[in-house]
Amino acid sequence: MAIEIPRIPLGKWIEDGLNWLTSEYSMVTRGISRVTQTGIEWLNESLMWLPVWALLAIIAGLCWKLANLRLAIGAVAGLALIWNLGLWEPMIETLTLVVIATLVAVVIALPVGIAAALSERLYRAIMPVLDFMQTMPAFVYLIPAIPFFGIGSVSAIFATVIFSMPPAIRFTTLGIRQVPVELIEAADAYGATRGQKLFKVQLPLSLPTVMAGINQTIMLALSMVVIAAMIGADGLGSEVWRAIQRLRPGDGFEAGIAVVILAMLLDRLTQSLRKSRKS
Amino acid sequence: MNENRNVKIRVRHLSKVFGNQPKKALELRDKGLKRPEILEKTGQTLGLSDISFDVYEGELLVIMGLSGSGKSTLIRCLNRLIEPTEGEIVIDGENIPELGDKALLECRRRHFSMVFQNFALFPHRTVQQNAEFGLEIRGVDKAERNEIARNALKQVGLDGWEDAYPNQLSGGMQQRVGLARALANDSTVLLMDEAFSALDPLIRGDMQQELLELQHRMQKTTVFITHDLDEALTIGDRIVLLKDGEIVQIGTPEEILTRPADDYVRRFIEGVDRSRILTAESAMRKVRATVRDTDGPRTALRKMHEHAIDSIYVTRRDRSLVGLLEAEAAENLVKEGKETIAGALTQDYRTVGPDEPMHNLFAMFSEKSFPIAVVDEQQRLLGVVVKGAVLDELAQAAEEGGN
Repeated sequence: MAIEIPRIPLGKWIEDGLNWLTSEYSMVTRGISRVTQTGIEWLNESLMWLPVWALLAIIAGLCWKLANLRLAIGAVAGLALIWNLGLWEPMIETLTLVVIATLVAVVIALPVGIAAALSERLYRAIMPVLDFMQTMPAFVYLIPAIPFFGIGSVSAIFATVIFSMPPAIRFTTLGIRQVPVELIEAADAYGATRGQKLFKVQLPLSLPTVMAGINQTIMLALSMVVIAAMIGADGLGSEVWRAIQRLRPGDGFEAGIAVVILAMLLDRLTQSLRKSRKS
Repeated sequence: MNENRNVKIRVRHLSKVFGNQPKKALELRDKGLKRPEILEKTGQTLGLSDISFDVYEGELLVIMGLSGSGKSTLIRCLNRLIEPTEGEIVIDGENIPELGDKALLECRRRHFSMVFQNFALFPHRTVQQNAEFGLEIRGVDKAERNEIARNALKQVGLDGWEDAYPNQLSGGMQQRVGLARALANDSTVLLMDEAFSALDPLIRGDMQQELLELQHRMQKTTVFITHDLDEALTIGDRIVLLKDGEIVQIGTPEEILTRPADDYVRRFIEGVDRSRILTAESAMRKVRATVRDTDGPRTALRKMHEHAIDSIYVTRRDRSLVGLLEAEAAENLVKEGKETIAGALTQDYRTVGPDEPMHNLFAMFSEKSFPIAVVDEQQRLLGVVVKGAVLDELAQAAEEGGN
């Protein structure tokens, strides 16, 4: 005897919820959309306004100062190749999206991470949410982004922030929890308030770990920003997307290599930032 | 000598139960059950049970016990890094367990500085910034705390290292930073939690001596935790002996050695190096002859001949020591026809207090081997120690220890 078990309409519930959010909070989403759009355009235009050689010089100088001469030379060579391939503008667009998404993610992640480190209850509540955010296939975030923010870069930022935020939260929490008990005890023994303990002991000591989290966030943001080309984000991702649609592997790999170069540059830069803080 | 001193911290009936049913554990304790039975019956650990003692103003009190005796718990109850379950801890009229959050912070800032076994220095701060920590927390302004911390570092012999980071220093130096951090804070009580236990034995001995000097100079009330009886006997004015969360004996090092309260203490002290606690007083003998500073050289010479000695201590009327006269110098005075000995005294001898540990006396015998003068706080001559007496006393102690 087969018992008919009705299918649970999970998808419909989520859709209803999203529809409700979209219609009830359209003011909010539209506001966020406008602010973000302005930010993207402003940063993009500023970076494009700079002549290529000036930006190269700035990045080379940054690499040299924060890391070493080798990274500076590598950065200049890589970026010059991107320019040569005619991918300068999409590269700048991608960089803009990564920078803004990372900024938003970090601004949210730091306080949440700190709070989760200090409150066991919040920690337990937040960890499954982070697991969810990280394991959900990245593409899925693109779908609700469209009704919220429409097709384009703002949706890309929204999906990217959600996808890339978890490591920054996790590492912040981890960093603070890893501060040796005896140092906390020392701070307590000298009569430090919670705030003093946080800003004078816990945060400075967790900084290397927090930086590692931010590095992860940047890397995830870069990968997501490329995928977000599917919902109309500009940049290197849309070059790849176009190459797929026209079946032109050469173009696809050129854009792909540009992504790799940008990824390596951002990774080495943030890692050197972390090391220089450590020593 | 302690009866007249002010009590700085008064601890009464202090108990600490680790676990979620402290009342149950204490009820069983009151019925006479001991730690293991309470643990078995309730799953609660009786960390401290009915601890009462006083810490006097300016003394160095050692709390001594093996691991698990509750000594770390006890010191942390004093500043409430661990919450006591019941009992009183009164410092300057304030009962610490009853303080609210704000008052507790205030109390910790004013009264307690702590030095930790593993130093607990902040690795991201320089030596100077570490030393400033307590003052920074209290909101002392930058210039002032900078200077105070600099002085504290100088006191522990670390001037010149201000800009180094803790990981660039050896263990001994790191603990000096820990000590400087505590001293700079200028709290009324110094808490030292196994402060020297992580150091190697040579450095440890040095640090003990330095602590004693500092403590003597500053008269800072100090509570020192250790598991090492040698250390306790070396530095303690008084010792509180803990076992299984209870006090076994409280007393001066001499009292504990000569009148151990029970077999536990007796077994404990069998392993002690006795030369550490034998003092100058025990090897001292009465001075057979002295001269007054107003006496003439002939009198002095005659006394030296009478007692077959070739130098003699010179005192004032109140027996306070002014110097030493050698026979040769006295003879010269006689030849020159001088009437008083005042101009020919030498200061080339050592004086010690009666409490000076015997092992320190060895190094003091100069090649001239004048007897060491034992004087009290008013510089009055109590007696002398000669080289042979020290050795005799030690040999005797070794024999007693062997039996």
